Amino acid sequence: MTSDRMTTSAGITVRSVRDDVRARARSASDVCRAALARIESLDPHLHAFNTVVGERALARAAEIDRDFDRWRDRPLVGVPVAVKDNMCTRGVRTTASSRMLEHYVPPYDATAVERLEAAGAVIVGKTNCDEFSMGSSNENSAFGPVHNPWALDRIPGGTSGGSAAAVAARITPLALGSDTGGSIRQPASLCGVVGLKPTYGRVSRYGLIAFASSLDQIGPIARTVDDAALALNVIAGADPRDATSAPEAVPDFTAALTGDVRGARIGVPRALLEHGVDVQVSRAIMTALDTLASRGATLVDVQLPHAEYAIPVYYLVATAEASSNLARYDGVRYGFRAAPGASHPAPGTQHSAPSTQHSALGTMYAQTRARGFGPEVKRRIMLGTYVLSAGYYDAYYLKAQQVRTLILRDYEQAFSGADAVDAIAMPTSPTPAFKIGERVDDPLQMYLADVFTVSANLTGLPAVSVPCGFADNGLPIGLQLTGRRFDEAGLLRLADAYQRDTEWWKPAPPIVTG
Amino acid sequence: MEYEAVIGLEIHAQLLTATKIFCGCSAAFGAEPNTHICPTCLGLPGALPVLNRAAVDHAIRAALALGCTVHEGSIFARKNYFYPDLPKGYQISQYEQPLATQGAVDLDGVPGPRRVGITRVHLEEDAGKSVHEGFVDSDRKTYVDYNRSGVPLIEIVTEPDLRSAGDAAAFFTRLRALLVWLGVNDGNMEEGSLRCDANVSVRPAGATALGTKAEVKNLNSFRFLEQALEYEIDRQIAELRDGGRIVQETRLWDAAAGRTISMRSKEEAHDYRYFPDPDLPAVEVDAERLSRIRAAMPELPDARRRRFVDSLALPEYDAAQLTQSLAVAEYFERAVAAGAAPKMAANWIMGELARALKDAGADAATSPLAPEQLAGLIALIEKGTISGSIAKSVFEKMFASGRSADEIVASESLTQISDESQIAALVADVLAKHPDPVAQYRAGKTTTFGFLVGQVMKAAGGKANPKRVNDLLKRALEP
Repeated sequence: MTSDRMTTSAGITVRSVRDDVRARARSASDVCRAALARIESLDPHLHAFNTVVGERALARAAEIDRDFDRWRDRPLVGVPVAVKDNMCTRGVRTTASSRMLEHYVPPYDATAVERLEAAGAVIVGKTNCDEFSMGSSNENSAFGPVHNPWALDRIPGGTSGGSAAAVAARITPLALGSDTGGSIRQPASLCGVVGLKPTYGRVSRYGLIAFASSLDQIGPIARTVDDAALALNVIAGADPRDATSAPEAVPDFTAALTGDVRGARIGVPRALLEHGVDVQVSRAIMTALDTLASRGATLVDVQLPHAEYAIPVYYLVATAEASSNLARYDGVRYGFRAAPGASHPAPGTQHSAPSTQHSALGTMYAQTRARGFGPEVKRRIMLGTYVLSAGYYDAYYLKAQQVRTLILRDYEQAFSGADAVDAIAMPTSPTPAFKIGERVDDPLQMYLADVFTVSANLTGLPAVSVPCGFADNGLPIGLQLTGRRFDEAGLLRLADAYQRDTEWWKPAPPIVTG
Repeated sequence: MEYEAVIGLEIHAQLLTATKIFCGCSAAFGAEPNTHICPTCLGLPGALPVLNRAAVDHAIRAALALGCTVHEGSIFARKNYFYPDLPKGYQISQYEQPLATQGAVDLDGVPGPRRVGITRVHLEEDAGKSVHEGFVDSDRKTYVDYNRSGVPLIEIVTEPDLRSAGDAAAFFTRLRALLVWLGVNDGNMEEGSLRCDANVSVRPAGATALGTKAEVKNLNSFRFLEQALEYEIDRQIAELRDGGRIVQETRLWDAAAGRTISMRSKEEAHDYRYFPDPDLPAVEVDAERLSRIRAAMPELPDARRRRFVDSLALPEYDAAQLTQSLAVAEYFERAVAAGAAPKMAANWIMGELARALKDAGADAATSPLAPEQLAGLIALIEKGTISGSIAKSVFEKMFASGRSADEIVASESLTQISDESQIAALVADVLAKHPDPVAQYRAGKTTTFGFLVGQVMKAAGGKANPKRVNDLLKRALEP
C-alpha cells in the first residue's frame, strides 16, 4: 500500500491508527482519549453527535490494550468509529434523531456494529442525522442540525451529516452511514470526504432502523478510499438475519487498489449534466475525469434516458415503504407515547374514518404520532400512505416500480455489450453545501439535491463519492462514480487511483486548523 | 319466495412448527406471557424477518392435500393496519401471488356428494393477543401477550360453494381432520390454533347472481359455526322478506346472545394498502422440493378409506370411522398387519378401545395397548381359546397393565372350557340342583332355559364355551 501517502497526509487515517496501535506505537486507550477530546472541543460547534459513549469507549479500548494478543491482528484494532444514530447499539440509546425514539435503548446490536466491534473498532458515539434518515441537509433532526465543518453556517448534507462532519473534522477517521437516496454520498461530498454506498445486499441491514427497505444500505465514510475499503472488508458479507443480504463472496477490497486504471472505461452521461448543475461543480467534475483519463482510463459518452424520472420514482417508492416501516412507532411497546388525555390534535390532523379514531386508543395513536414525528417524516408518511391506497396503487406505486426497472435497464445497458463501461461518473451533488435554513420551506427544492444520487439506490448499484475540488468559497465538491453490481472492488480502484493523483482529501477544514 | 344461502369460509390454521415463521422463537402455546419474544417478533426498530422453511413445507403439504397448484414463486406482502397486538403495524401475509391456488375438497355426505373449491392457500404470521380480562385493572387497561406474534399460519379460502350451515360444518370438520391428519395443525379451536370466518349471502333459490355478503367472525367452535351461520342466514332472509336490503359489513358472533352483531360497515372497512414486503425475497418452490414433500406425505384419508373398503372388505361406515384420524387408521393397519381379522379389529377399535382411550384421556397414538397386542387378543378369540365375554375383561386388564393377552389368559386360567365331558358334568350337576325349572322347561315353559345356562356358566366361572353349554343343556333336557 502507499504508505508514503499516509505519512505525508494531514491527520490520521484508519490505516495509520490501526498500524500504530498494532505496532504498539500508541495504545488504543490513547487513541480513544484523543478522539473523545476532539469531540469535546469541536462538537459544541458541529453538533455531529447525538450521544457520546466516552466511558464505554474507554473501557473497550482498555480491554484491547489489556488483552492485546487477542486483538492485535483484528483489521480495525483500536480505530475510533462514529456510528450513525439509526443503527442499533445494545445498551446505547439509538434515536434515529427522532423524538419518537429519544430515550430508546435497543437490546441488540446491528450486524454492522457487531462486525465493527469484533474487528477491534471502538465506537465513540452515535451521530446526528435527519429524522429516520429523511432529508438532504440534516435539518430534519429532532435534536437540531449538524454544522458543516467547512462553514458552520452551512448544512453538512444529509442524512448521514453527523457521520460525514465527524470524519471531515478529523474527530474519527471512520464513520458508518446509511444511504437510502444519497445519504452517505451527498454529505460525504459536501464535507469533502469519501462516502461509499455498497451494492444493495452487500452489507446486512439487520439492526438498521428502516426508512425504505428496498433502498437502505449501510456504508463507510472515511477520508481515503483505502480506509473505506478497510471498513467494507469488515462490514460486508451475508448475514443469516437479513434475508436480503447477498451470498456473494467478499474479496479483500484493499487488494483491488492497485492504482492501475489503464483500459478502464468511464461513462459520462453528458445530457444529464447540462441542466441544474452549478458551474463550479461541472468544472471540477470535468477536471477530475481528465485526471483519470491521464492515468489511462477512457471516457465514453453514455445515455441514461430514464434518469430524469429518478426523483419522482424515488419519492414514490421510498415514501410508500416508509409509511409502512414507520407504522410500528405507535406508542404501544416502546418509544414516545402521548400522555392519555392529551387531546390537542396537531395542526392539520384530521380525525376521519375508523372507529379506533374516536376511542382512547385511537387518540393515543394519533397524538403519539402527531407529536413524536417531525414535519418531514409526517409529510412522507402521508405521501406514502396515499401512494399505496386503494385506487392509487397502480397509478403510483406500481408505475414507479415499472419505471424503476427502466432506470435499472439504462444502467445495465451501459455496463454491458461491446461499449460497456466500468463506471459512470456524475457529480454527487449539483451544488456545494447550501446555507442552513435556505431550503427548509421548499421541500421540492430540497428533494432535487438528490437528483444524482437516488438512481444508485433505485438500481441497487454501488456508488462512491470522492473529493474532487473546492468551490471559490472553499466548500468541497464531490465526484460520484457508480459501478457494476457487486463490483465495489473495481469502483474503489478508480476512486483510489484518483485520490493518488489529487490532494483534495488532504486539507483540513478551518475548524480543525483553527 | 324461497331463498338459498351462499357461504364461503376463510380458515386460519397455525402450523405445527417448533419455531415462529420469521424468527427463532418457540411457537408453542401456553407459555408465560411475553416469554417467547425477540426483536423480530416484537417489531423492534431495525429487526428483520427471515423465513422459516419448515413453515413453507407445512403449508405446501396442506395445499397439496387440498388439491391446489403450488406456485413456483410466491410473494410476501404487507397488510397495513394499526392494532396493539400487531407489533409492526403491518402483518406479513401473501396477497397477489399466494403460495397455492385452485384446489377442491370432495364433500360426500347428505345430501349427496359436493365439491368445494379452494380459492387459495397462503402463508402469513399470527398477531399477538390482546387480553381484555382477568386483571384487577382490566376495566381500564388492555394487556398484550406477544408469544403468539409470528406463529406461522396458513389461510385457506374457499369458493362460495357451501349452501347451508350444515354444509359448512361438514366441510370444516373434513378440513380440520385433514389438517390434523397431515400433522400440519393440531385442530385445537379452543386454544385458537384453528379459526374460522365465513362470508354469507342469500339469494332467491335458483338465482345465479350473488347477493350482498356479510362477513361473520368469531366462529371458534363447530357449534358456533353452525349456530352463527343459521342465525345469519335467517337474519338475511327475514331482512329481505321484510323488504329490506343487506348491507355489506363485518359481523361478530355473540355466543352469549346467540346472534350476530354488526362490527363495522363497508365504509369503515380498512384499506390495508398491501404491497410486496421488501424485506423478504420471493418464496421459491422448485419441482424437486415439491416432489420430495409429496413423497413424504401420508396416504390421504379418502384414499385410505377406499382401500379399507376395497381390499379389506370393511363396511363403508367402519372405513369412514377408522379414517377420521391418522393415528386411528395407523393403529388399525398395524393390528391387521399383526394378523387380526379386519372386521374384528375394526369392531374392537371403534368399540372397546375407543371407549377405554376416551376414559383414559388418551388417543390411538398414545394408547397404552399396542395394536399388535390387540391382534393377540383377537387371535385368542378366533381360536376359541377365550370367549367374547372373557375377552372383554382380558382387554381391560391388558389396557391397564400393558401385559399381553396370552399372559393374562394363562396366569388367570381363563382358557375357555370346551371339553364336552367337563361341561356335561357341570350340566348334570345343575339339572340335579334345580329340579323345578327343569320340570317347567319340560312342561313347555322354555324361558327357564336361560336361567339354566346362566347356572352352568356360573359353575364354570364364566369360562365354558357358550355354544357347547347350549348344545349339551338342550340335549340333556330333551325327554
